[in-house]
Amino acid sequence: MPIVYTKKTEMPCGDPAVRRTNWDEVALGYSEERAIAEARRCIQCQEPLCEQGCPVNIPIRDFIRRVAQSDFEGAARIIRSKNILPAICGRVCPVEDQCEELCVVLGKQEPVAIGRLERFVADWERRAGAHEAAKPPKRGAKKVAVIGSGPAGLTVASDLAQLGYSVTIFEALHAIGGVLRYGIPEFRLPKAIVDEDMERLKGRGVEFQANVVVGKTITIDQLMDEMGYEAVFVGTGAGSPKFMGVPGENHKGIYSANEFLTRVNLMRANAFPDYDTPVRRPKRAVIIGAGDTAMDAVRTAIRLGADEAHIVYRRSEQQMTARAEDYSRAKEEGAIFDWLTLPTRFTGDDQGWVTTMECLRMELGEPDDSGRRRPVPISGSEFTMDIDLAVIALGTNPNPLIPQTTRGLEINDHGCVVADSETGRTSREGVFAGGDIVTGAATVILAMGAGRVAATAIHEYLERKAADRKRTPSGDKRRRHRKTAG
Amino acid sequence: MARIIEKRHLTPVTKLFVVEAPLVARNAAPGQFVIVRVSESGERVPISITDFSRQAGTITIVVQVVGKTSGMICAMEEGDEILDFAGPLGRPAPLPEKGHVVLVGGGFGAGAIYPLARELQQRGVRVSAIVGARNKELLILRELLESASDDYHICTDDGSIGHKGFVTERLQDLLSANAGFTHCFAIGPMPMMRALAEATKPSGLTTFVSLDPIMVDGTGMCGSCRVTVDGELKFACVDGPFFDAHKVNFDEAVVRSKMYVDEERLASELATAAR
Repeated sequence: MPIVYTKKTEMPCGDPAVRRTNWDEVALGYSEERAIAEARRCIQCQEPLCEQGCPVNIPIRDFIRRVAQSDFEGAARIIRSKNILPAICGRVCPVEDQCEELCVVLGKQEPVAIGRLERFVADWERRAGAHEAAKPPKRGAKKVAVIGSGPAGLTVASDLAQLGYSVTIFEALHAIGGVLRYGIPEFRLPKAIVDEDMERLKGRGVEFQANVVVGKTITIDQLMDEMGYEAVFVGTGAGSPKFMGVPGENHKGIYSANEFLTRVNLMRANAFPDYDTPVRRPKRAVIIGAGDTAMDAVRTAIRLGADEAHIVYRRSEQQMTARAEDYSRAKEEGAIFDWLTLPTRFTGDDQGWVTTMECLRMELGEPDDSGRRRPVPISGSEFTMDIDLAVIALGTNPNPLIPQTTRGLEINDHGCVVADSETGRTSREGVFAGGDIVTGAATVILAMGAGRVAATAIHEYLERKAADRKRTPSGDKRRRHRKTAG
Repeated sequence: MARIIEKRHLTPVTKLFVVEAPLVARNAAPGQFVIVRVSESGERVPISITDFSRQAGTITIVVQVVGKTSGMICAMEEGDEILDFAGPLGRPAPLPEKGHVVLVGGGFGAGAIYPLARELQQRGVRVSAIVGARNKELLILRELLESASDDYHICTDDGSIGHKGFVTERLQDLLSANAGFTHCFAIGPMPMMRALAEATKPSGLTTFVSLDPIMVDGTGMCGSCRVTVDGELKFACVDGPFFDAHKVNFDEAVVRSKMYVDEERLASELATAAR
């Protein structure tokens, strides 16, 4: 007899007063008891709608049933059949807009905490060491290059390696993981978890080459024409930071969110001088923007010792794009929110350090293209804020290196690679793309979903190519290709 | 990892390294740079490519000790592995197909202009080179650059070799003597490049400078290296490093290059104390 709960089983978190002084993970995860209690809230629908909301099609109902039965190993196996990075997704997926949004109990009560359960299972598996040491599949003769080691690239690589392709991931930075490494902070996604998942992928036979900037070190043309790669997946992310273009934006102490977070997350500037990369230690910080990245940045500024850390956003609270969970955690940690505020200018001292941000108050007018009411300046509402650090978190544009250096790759007006959403196919034969380089800045799980789709399409493409080759007299007749269902 | 296969002591504080990096050498072009990291706790620093050989698969860099990281690099020996060595980054120098180019190099830049000279020579473009050093002992790679230029001018602060004075003064002399330059490319410390931009501005000589602002990733991702050129925001790592010298906002570039002087000093002192 199911007990009717009205809310999700709570997940314990660190004390805000303590956690704002350290980099430890904030959300502590479910105990076995809590996980089982939460799993029992699931009514095990005949047709689980939640699964339609998952870009990588995790059999959600079935894994939750295993958790409710205390069969955590079974639950892990089910998740792993579809998701190679569950410990990561269980932490960073915007579940409230995906699986949980479709949960049928929603409305009558809070949805089942699918994300927290996924995390629980993945963490249980890690702690128990239950994950069977994957025996690397034989690296086949066909080579596929994956560009970028973020969520999209990792998924493509993992899927194709399982199918027996020789997959090499090329990463521009010295560490693999893409945004999981440089973008998402330790207190939200411990890097030890990223490390473990990367090791597991190596175990699956995926080869990684760090420090290779495709478009510079090698081009896609060279990968295909000279180095024998039969297909290429472009998953380079939305790399290039947007600035506001207001006067004084280049004062010292003003960072893009990418730079601020990369210094801390990838380069460990929070541990300077033990680590060599420095970052400004703020007293009064402002973060401009109110998305997930802005929440990460404001919480990072707090941990770097800011007495005051503000989120400054030209729209209102209702229009912010950050996840509710991250928003409330930032609030608990003392972040101050200045809604309907537009920065117009920065000024600095004689050393060039930023000291002041001039702003305008806004009010909401008619809806704009995004359907959100357009913020309009209130005349005469000018005011200034004293600051010593500003972080611009207004999003990114696609990195131009690959578009600039690849023949025949169609790019849209936003600089994104044009790719079919069903297949990831681009205008260039054999080149597929997915993730933020196609969609503009989005989420980890959407990138993984795009990777899954592209992996299937790449497999089909290579099978078809091999079949065509077999039909032509010049083809290698000794080779036998088994046609597999895509 | 990239193995050091040759190390040369150019001066007490300047070392040359030939590094095995076939993938970097494969597409390298004059004017590009690499990003280097030498320890797990280390920073990523951009270094100009001083020479490259596609056949040998090598990249040559010249490093002068100015702080902790450069000190660590200069302490490395033949056979040592450089932990991370990524490149070639940046756009190649926009070298002309004909004309008469004057190359100006100060400090480490006296080496970094070499691949430009070599490429120009191959294109049949006349090359004049002006190199600057504080004194005779600190002058680097004289023979190499002399061999790749039609005429070669040395300037030292103390006059211990060549002309006494700055590279800009020598350039002014040559300009006054109607040397017939069509282009100028300069690599060196920021004050030198700024002075040079001012020196060539009146004559309108097309002048490019190689900016080396503070970088993190070096691939256009962070915006740390942003500079204002002709009123526009540019990233030196992907749009540069070469920019029209007469359009660079040097005031801003100089200020931004000093963002971490305190931290650099602290790191240097701690490193010295630990030695």
